[in-house]
Amino acid sequence: MLSQQDMLEAERHGRQVRSIYVYEAPVRLWHWINALCMVVLAVTGYFIGLPLPSVPGEAAENFLMGYIRFAHFAAAYIFAIGLLGRIYWALVGNHHARQIFKLPITNKEWWSEVFFELRWYLFLEKTPKKYVGHNPMAQLMMFFFFTVLAVGMVFTGFALYSEGAGLGTWSDTLFGWVIPALGGSMQVHNLHRLGMWIMMTFAVVHIYAAIREDIMSRQSLISTMVSGWRMFKD
Amino acid sequence: MTETFYDVLRRQGISRRSFLKFCSLTATSLGLGSAAAPRIAQAMETKPRTPVLWLHGLECTCCTESFIRSAHPLTKDVVLSMLSLDYDDTLMAAAGHQAEEILEEVKRKYKGQYIVAVEGNPPLNEDGMFCIQGGRPFIEKLRETCADAKAIISWGACASYGCVQAAKPNPTRATPVHKVISGKPIINVPGCPPIPEVMTGVVTYMLTFDRIPELDRQGRPKMFYGQRIHDKCYRRGHFDAGQFAEAWDDEGSRKGYCLYKMGCKGPTTYNACSSMRWNGGVSWPVQSGHGCIGCSEDGFWDKGSFYDRVTDINAFGVESNADTVGKVAAGTVGAAIAAHAAVTALARARQKAGETAEEKGEK
Repeated sequence: MLSQQDMLEAERHGRQVRSIYVYEAPVRLWHWINALCMVVLAVTGYFIGLPLPSVPGEAAENFLMGYIRFAHFAAAYIFAIGLLGRIYWALVGNHHARQIFKLPITNKEWWSEVFFELRWYLFLEKTPKKYVGHNPMAQLMMFFFFTVLAVGMVFTGFALYSEGAGLGTWSDTLFGWVIPALGGSMQVHNLHRLGMWIMMTFAVVHIYAAIREDIMSRQSLISTMVSGWRMFKD
Repeated sequence: MTETFYDVLRRQGISRRSFLKFCSLTATSLGLGSAAAPRIAQAMETKPRTPVLWLHGLECTCCTESFIRSAHPLTKDVVLSMLSLDYDDTLMAAAGHQAEEILEEVKRKYKGQYIVAVEGNPPLNEDGMFCIQGGRPFIEKLRETCADAKAIISWGACASYGCVQAAKPNPTRATPVHKVISGKPIINVPGCPPIPEVMTGVVTYMLTFDRIPELDRQGRPKMFYGQRIHDKCYRRGHFDAGQFAEAWDDEGSRKGYCLYKMGCKGPTTYNACSSMRWNGGVSWPVQSGHGCIGCSEDGFWDKGSFYDRVTDINAFGVESNADTVGKVAAGTVGAAIAAHAAVTALARARQKAGETAEEKGEK
C-alpha cells in the first residue's frame, strides 16, 4: 500500500464523493473484538502475575485465580484466532487490509512521508495530509507495536499455556520450543509481561492519535472504524 | 561371561523376593505400570551388567550425597554395588594411580559399552586449569572418558546447565557437559541436587532396558521432568482459589496457602519434587513452608530474586522487572501525550481565534 496511491485516490474522490469505503466489515469487527480481548488479557494477565489479596473461606469454595486464568486463556484463544482470521483477510480483503502487515521500506516517497508525519506530530508542519488508510507513521508504529508484538505475545503466551497443558499437546508441539529458546520459563513469563506493558503503552498512543487526528486532520478516523467510511472534511 | 545384576544381588545376599519387589517399585516409579515389572526382572537376570563411570568436575558433591540417600535400600544396593566396582572417585575404595587404572581398564574392556555419569562441569578458561584431577585438567579426562561411552548422564544443575559456578560473570567459564561433548546421547538430570529416586530411576532404566529414557527438548527424561512442580503441588488448590501467603508469618502462611506471591518458582520449574518428595517421601521445600527456588531450571541463579514473582529481566543490558519498565514507559508516554494534547489544544485555539478574526475582518 503506497501512500502516494492513497493521496491520488483521496484527491480523485475527495471533491466529488467526499468519502471512501476503507475498512471492510471483517476488519472492523476484528478491530473491536481484538480491542476487547486486549483489555481482558491485560487486566487478567496483570493479576495472574501479581494476584489479588487472598479470598476468605475454604479453597474448595473458591476459584478466583482459576476464573481469572480461564478468562485470560479464553481471551487469548479469541485474540489468536482473530489474528489468524485477520491475516487471512489481509490476503483476500482490499489493499487497506494489508497495510499493517507489510511496510514499503524500499519506497523513498513513503519514508519521506513518515518524516512528514513525524514533523506534523512535532508541530513542525501546519497542515496535515490526507490518507485513505493509515498514515505512513501510523502504519510503521502499527506494524511493530501491534502486528509484530501481537505475534510475539501469541508465541510466548501459548508457550506458557503449553506448560500447563502438558507435553505432547498441540500448544506444546507448536510453541513449546519458545521456552528454552528464550532462556527458560521464568524469562518467558517476564518477557510476556513486558510485552503487555509495551502493548498497553502503544494502545494509549493509538487512542490518543486517533482522537487527535479525528479532530485535527480534516478526515474521520474513529467513525471510520465503526462504519468503514473515511469522510473528508474539506 | 560377565555377571548379571541378578548375580551381583544374589552374591550380596539379597533374596529373590526382595529382588522382585525392587523390580515392581522401579517399574512404578518410572511410570511404566505393573506389566513392566517382569520385564525389568528378566532384563536384570539375563543382561550383562553395564559399567558406570562416575566423574566429578566442578561440583559440591550434593548429587552424590543425594544419590546415596535413595529411599529404597535395594535401589541403593543395586546401583552402588555396580558403581563401586567401577569408578567413582568420591565413593570408591581405590585412590591415586590405582583409581585411574580402573578408569583405563573399563574404557579398554568395555569400549562403547559403559555409561559415563558426570557430576559437575568442566571449566574452560585458562585451558581448564580451574579443575585439575590426577595432574590434568578435568576437561581432558571428560573428553577422553566420553569418547568411548555408550551414553552420558549429566547429574544435577552443574552438569546440565552450569549452576552456581556458571552464574554471572562465570569467571572460570564453567560449561555444561552437552556444550563440550557432542556425538553421544546425553541425558540431563537437573536439580541441585536431583531427587535420589530420580537418579537411581534413570540409571536403572538405562541399565535394564539398554536404551536411554525418552527425553524432552532440554534433554531431560520426560518421566521425571515432564511436569512442573506447580502441576502436582498439594497447595495448588489454594492457588486456583486465590489464597496466598503474603508474609512468612501471616495467617495465610499458617494455613498453608500457596506461596506464589512469596516468589515460589514452582510454576516455572520442571521437576518431580511435588510427587516424589525428598528424604524418603518425608517432605519437600513447599511442604516445609518455603517456595521452590527453581534449582532444576537453566541459570536459576541469574533469574532474579527467589522471593519475587515478577523477577528482574537480565536481558538487553536491562536489570529491572517488567512492571518497573512498563510503569516507567507508560508513565513517560502518558505524560508526553498530556503535554502533546495541551500544545495541540493551545495551537488550535490560537488558530481558531485567528480564523474568527479573519472572518470578522472579511465581514
